[in-house]
Amino acid sequence: MNTPTLFGLCAVALVGVGLYGLIVNPQPLRKILAFNLIGSGVFLLFGAIARRGATVGMGGDPVPQALLITGIVVAFSATALAVALVQRLFDEAGSVTLAPDAPARAPVEPPDA
Amino acid sequence: MPHSLSTPDVTTPGGLLLVLAVLVPFVGMLAGMVLGGRGTRRVALAILVAGLAIAIAIADALVRSGAAVVYLLGGWAPPLGVALRADGLAVVMLLAVAVVIGGIGAYARADFGTPPGVREARAPLLFWLLLLAVWGSLNLVFVSGDLFTLYVALELLTFAGVPLVSLGGSPETLRSALRYLLYALFGSVLYLLGAVLLYGAYGTLDILLLATRVHPEPVAWAAAALMTVGLLAKTALFPLHLWLPPAHAGAPAAASAVLSGLVIKGSWFLAVRLWLDVFAGVVTVPSAQTLAALGAAAILVGNIVALRQARLKLLIAYSTVAQIGYLFLMFPLAAGLAAAQLDDAAAVNGGLLQAISHATAKAAMFMAAGLVYTTLGHDRIADLRGVARALPMTLVAFALGGASLIGLPPSGGFLAKWLLVSAAITTAQWWWALVMLVGGLLTSAYVFIVVVRALAPAPEGWTPKASVPCYQQAAVLALALGSFLLGMAVFCPVDVAGIGRAVVPGIGSP
Repeated sequence: MNTPTLFGLCAVALVGVGLYGLIVNPQPLRKILAFNLIGSGVFLLFGAIARRGATVGMGGDPVPQALLITGIVVAFSATALAVALVQRLFDEAGSVTLAPDAPARAPVEPPDA
Repeated sequence: MPHSLSTPDVTTPGGLLLVLAVLVPFVGMLAGMVLGGRGTRRVALAILVAGLAIAIAIADALVRSGAAVVYLLGGWAPPLGVALRADGLAVVMLLAVAVVIGGIGAYARADFGTPPGVREARAPLLFWLLLLAVWGSLNLVFVSGDLFTLYVALELLTFAGVPLVSLGGSPETLRSALRYLLYALFGSVLYLLGAVLLYGAYGTLDILLLATRVHPEPVAWAAAALMTVGLLAKTALFPLHLWLPPAHAGAPAAASAVLSGLVIKGSWFLAVRLWLDVFAGVVTVPSAQTLAALGAAAILVGNIVALRQARLKLLIAYSTVAQIGYLFLMFPLAAGLAAAQLDDAAAVNGGLLQAISHATAKAAMFMAAGLVYTTLGHDRIADLRGVARALPMTLVAFALGGASLIGLPPSGGFLAKWLLVSAAITTAQWWWALVMLVGGLLTSAYVFIVVVRALAPAPEGWTPKASVPCYQQAAVLALALGSFLLGMAVFCPVDVAGIGRAVVPGIGSP
């Protein structure tokens, strides 16, 4: 087994674990982490593809690497937005459950108490 | 395989307009952010006019040249560079979005003004900035020529759409926004995985080059499946629609109109691009049938659940779930026509018209619901008495929009469903025609319920809670009228949507 194949298999495992977590875990924060796992898997796969597509004498195909950087930036902003939403939801509702009919619990510290 | 690429890889006259169509909304957004306060709305309204002019200029360039408008960024041709391309499909969507955004902007002028005595308010500032961001991202989705730029455009669209859901800032809207974002991220990461696989297998992400290189083999099937599922999650096709109703119903009316009318069309458009242009030779008729079966389920489930809603905005949101179903019926019809060596224009135009008439009608209906809410102080369907007296124009607009969703002539919805039904008959897929007719009946039931309740006379001594400005009602009516008269597109002398589409062999052809 050569190195790109090994990395490719690792990527597949990451994507699989991440997908499982994203679908099965009820907690938003864990879902966000699972999304990042899938993202890492995709980026690793892209890196392996860059290595495999390299011409003789080059370390890698530069196009996937350029796209990778953009992808990482996008995934980072997505995570930041999601975490900000979770934080805000916790501030407003006192819990971060995604259940549609979640009982509106009182905030942890009632204002002006 | 024989391929005729209808677009040469050179910048065509008017190509720079494509850059402007993407850049101008984003420049407006940045300028609005810098100016802040009342300046934001002024900038946004100016950009709405400028953007509409740009869209019209692009349409003019397209019709004049009779071929796709192309711009090569930096003068580098694909596969080395990145191209922006606008064929007929893209230009029609550009125009429709510019018109709908204009209508929503006119409506939102009253709802999202900075209150007197305050220098800057959070919701108005964010709304105008996000409106421009949604518009710029949608334009980028329509004109992008390669799959990675499309990925970035889709993400921009999500990042602009999610905060619109939670403009109100209540826990429920934050929860719907978060749920929407998680669905969208799931969708985009699957899409990216598919794009990565395609690059690994074929060494390019340019749509036209890919169309000539893909072959029906496992890696192309896997990529097509991953990307399609990802886009379905973003478009909220049944059974991935669970995020949509609370998100669209909880947002302020103008934001709901943007989300329901426009944002979901971005990922749908990309699915059309993939299935018709990139994977035309890869996807099979059974896979297209699966997609349409999901669409049919969406039509039935969405409409029935809409009938059972007690609140007007939720009813309209579930109606969106159903109407998304119609958008996916075009895939087996286009595939069937192509397999029979016939022109697939009927199915494609039907789908496109459905998208546009739904965008205009649904935006009008959500804004009408917003006006009803302002006037009555609630939107319970059982208690809509007096709306006809207080808001006659708005009720007419709601009815016209509803007529377009049902598919009454001469509305855009009628022409769309007519084209789709006749394509279904031509390709001997009568069951899709049946679904469309049943869907139309169910739609008419809930539209009539709302209109009849709203026509009931108001109780003695009842006065509206608040009065709404006339131009808001006029904006809603204009959009609804546009949707209702869209069926007149049948008299359009040229098949605008067909201009510059790459001719690739369809399913089943050698």
